[in-house]
Amino acid sequence: MDVFNLLMQGFSTALTPMNLLYACLGVLLGTAVGVLPGIGPAMAIALLLPITSNLEPTSALIMFAGIYYGGMYGGSTTSILLNTPGESSTVITAIEGHKMAKAGRAAQALATAAIGSFVAGTIGTALLATVAPFVVQFAVSLGPSSYLAIMVLGLLTVTAVLGASKIRGFASLGLGLAIGLVGMDPVSGQQRLTFGIPLLSDGVDIVVVAVAIFAVGEALWIAAHLRRQKLSIIPVGQPWMGKEDWKRSWKPWLRGTAFGFPFGAMPAGGAEVPTFLSYVTEKKLSRHPEEFGHGAIEGVAGPEAANNASAAGTLTPLLALGLPTNATAGVMLAALMTFGIQPGPLLFENEPVLVWGLIASLFIGNALLLLINLPMAPVWAKLLRIPRPYLYAGILFFATLGAFAVNMQAFDLILLLVLGALGFAMRRYGLPVLPLIIGLILGPRLEGQLRKSLQLSGGDVSGLFNEPVGVVTYILVAVLLALPLFIRLWRKFGPQKPGAMHVEDQINA
Amino acid sequence: MSQKTDAGTPASKGRSELGIAALLGAAGAVVLIDASRIAAPYSQTDVVGPRTMPIIIGCLLLVSAAALAIAVLRGSRGQAEEGEDVDLSHPSDWKTVVPLVGAFVLNILLIDAAGWVISGTLLFWGSVWALGSRHYIRDGLISLALALGTFYGFYFGLGIKLPAGILAGIL
Repeated sequence: MDVFNLLMQGFSTALTPMNLLYACLGVLLGTAVGVLPGIGPAMAIALLLPITSNLEPTSALIMFAGIYYGGMYGGSTTSILLNTPGESSTVITAIEGHKMAKAGRAAQALATAAIGSFVAGTIGTALLATVAPFVVQFAVSLGPSSYLAIMVLGLLTVTAVLGASKIRGFASLGLGLAIGLVGMDPVSGQQRLTFGIPLLSDGVDIVVVAVAIFAVGEALWIAAHLRRQKLSIIPVGQPWMGKEDWKRSWKPWLRGTAFGFPFGAMPAGGAEVPTFLSYVTEKKLSRHPEEFGHGAIEGVAGPEAANNASAAGTLTPLLALGLPTNATAGVMLAALMTFGIQPGPLLFENEPVLVWGLIASLFIGNALLLLINLPMAPVWAKLLRIPRPYLYAGILFFATLGAFAVNMQAFDLILLLVLGALGFAMRRYGLPVLPLIIGLILGPRLEGQLRKSLQLSGGDVSGLFNEPVGVVTYILVAVLLALPLFIRLWRKFGPQKPGAMHVEDQINA
Repeated sequence: MSQKTDAGTPASKGRSELGIAALLGAAGAVVLIDASRIAAPYSQTDVVGPRTMPIIIGCLLLVSAAALAIAVLRGSRGQAEEGEDVDLSHPSDWKTVVPLVGAFVLNILLIDAAGWVISGTLLFWGSVWALGSRHYIRDGLISLALALGTFYGFYFGLGIKLPAGILAGIL
C-alpha cells in the first residue's frame, strides 16, 4: 500500500476533463450555497441526489465534495459581511470577522479566511490521505460486534454530545430510527410499519427524507419567520492582505488546522468545538489581546482554518468506516448508498478509483476555491441581495422536482410534505435534525451488524463483547453518557470557578 | 446545559411543545404495536429477529416523550432555530405558510393529471406570491420558464420523462 502512488492514480482520475468539470461545478455551487442564506451544503447535495443518480459515482462524489468544501468558503463570506451566520461552524468567524468588516477591513478578513481555508483544507486533505489508510488497515480486522459498538458510539455522540438539549437529541434520533424501520425487513421478509400500503414496502427513500427535512422543512420554517426589513450588507472590494496581516495570520492558520482535523475525525466531531478552542487559544496567545472583540485578524484566521480542517477530518471516518458525523457527510453517505456502493472499510479496497480520485479532487477543489474566492468575492457578495421570494420558492420547486424524479410517484410528494412539516416542527421546538438523518442512515446498518454478531455467536449475548475494540468502545460510550452527571456533581460540590463557559458568555466577556 | 431555557423569543412561550411529546409518544406506541403484530418464528440463523429493533426504538421514543413532557412542564423550552433570514421577533406567520402548503398540495393533485409544466408553474408562481412578491406577470413568466426548462432539461439531459399530462403531444 503505497499512499503516494495511489494518490497519483487518484490525480489521474480527478484530472480527466469530465471530473475536472464536475469539481469546478461543485466548488462553484458550493460557494454559491455557502453564500446564499437559508441554504447549505447538506441541502444542496440532498437536492442534487435525484439528478445525479445517472452520473458516474466518482464524478458525482467529486462534485459533492466540491460543494462541501465550497460551502465552507462561502459560509465565511456571509458571516463576515452579514454577521448572521447560518451555520453554527461560522458563528465564531462572524464575531471578529464582522467587526473587522465594520472597521473597513472586510478585504483583509475575507482574505485571511480564504487563504486560511486553503492552507487548512490542503493540510487536512493530506492528513486524510495519510491517516485514512491506517484506519482502514485497523478496521478491516474488526468483526461485526466491533462495528456495532462503533456505530452505537457514533449515534450517541451525534445525539448526546452535539446540540443543546440531550432529550431533544434522543427524540430526534428515535424518529430517524423509526423512519429507517419502514419497509420490508431484509432478513425475515416481514413488513414493518408499512400499514398495508404497498408503496411503503420498499421503505422511505433516504433522498425523500433528506430533501424533506433539509429543504422543505427549512424553506417553510424560514417562510414563517421571514425577515422583512433589509439586512445591512457591508460592501467589499478585492480581498487582500498586507505584510503585517500575513505575519499575524499564518500561526493561527496552523494552530486552527491542528484543532480542526482531530475533532472532525472523531465520532463526536463537528466544527463548533475546534473553532471555539481556536478562538480562545488565539485570544490568549495574541500580542494584541485588546483587539479581540473589535476585529482581531487572528480571531478570523484561526477559527476559519479550524472549520475547514474539521471538514477534511470528517471525511476520515466517512470514507474509512462508513460513519458520518455531520449532516453533509450523512447526505454524502446516502449518495454512496443510492449508487449501490457499500460504505465501510472495504470501500478503499473495492473502490480505489473512487476513493483516491475523491481525495485528489479535494486538493484540486481547494486550489480552485482559492482562485474563485479571492478575486471574485465582490461578485459572490451580490448573491446576498437575491430576492427572498424567488430563493425560497426555488428551493420548494427543486425539492418537489427532485423528490418526484426519484420514483415518479406523487405519493413521494405526500411523504415530502408530511416529513417537511416534521422538519418545520423540529426547527420550531429545537429538535436537532442531525440525529434524525444519521439515525435513519445508520439504523438499518446497525441492525444488520447486531444480527450478524449474534448469528455468529449462536444467539449468545457474549457475542456482542467478544472483541477488545468493541468492549473499549462500549466503555467510551458509558463514560460519555456518565460524564455530564459527573460534571454536574463537580459543579455542585467541587471548587467554585467559572469553568466551561458557554460560547456567548465567553464572547460577551 | 441540557436544560437550556430561552425566554427571549416568543416562540418559547406556552406549553405547545407538549404536542411534540405527544407526537413522540404516539410514534413510539405505533412502532411497538406494529412490532407486536409481527409473527416471526424463532430461527437459528436470525436469533435477533425482526422485532428486536422496533421494540428498542419504540421504547426509546416513549422514554424521550416522557422525558420531554417532564422537561417542558418544569419550564424547559426548545430553542427555535435561527438563520440569516430568520427573524424570531415575530410569531410564526401562517399567512405565508398556509398558501405555500396550498401551492404544494395543488402540485401533488395536478402533477399526474395536468402534467409538470402546468403544476410546476403554479407551484412556483403560488410560492413566490405567498412569500410576498407582487410582480404577477414577471413571476408568471419566470415560473413558466422554470417549469418548461426543467421539463426539457430532465428529458434531454437526464433521460427522465416528467409527466406531460394534458399537454402530451404538444410538448
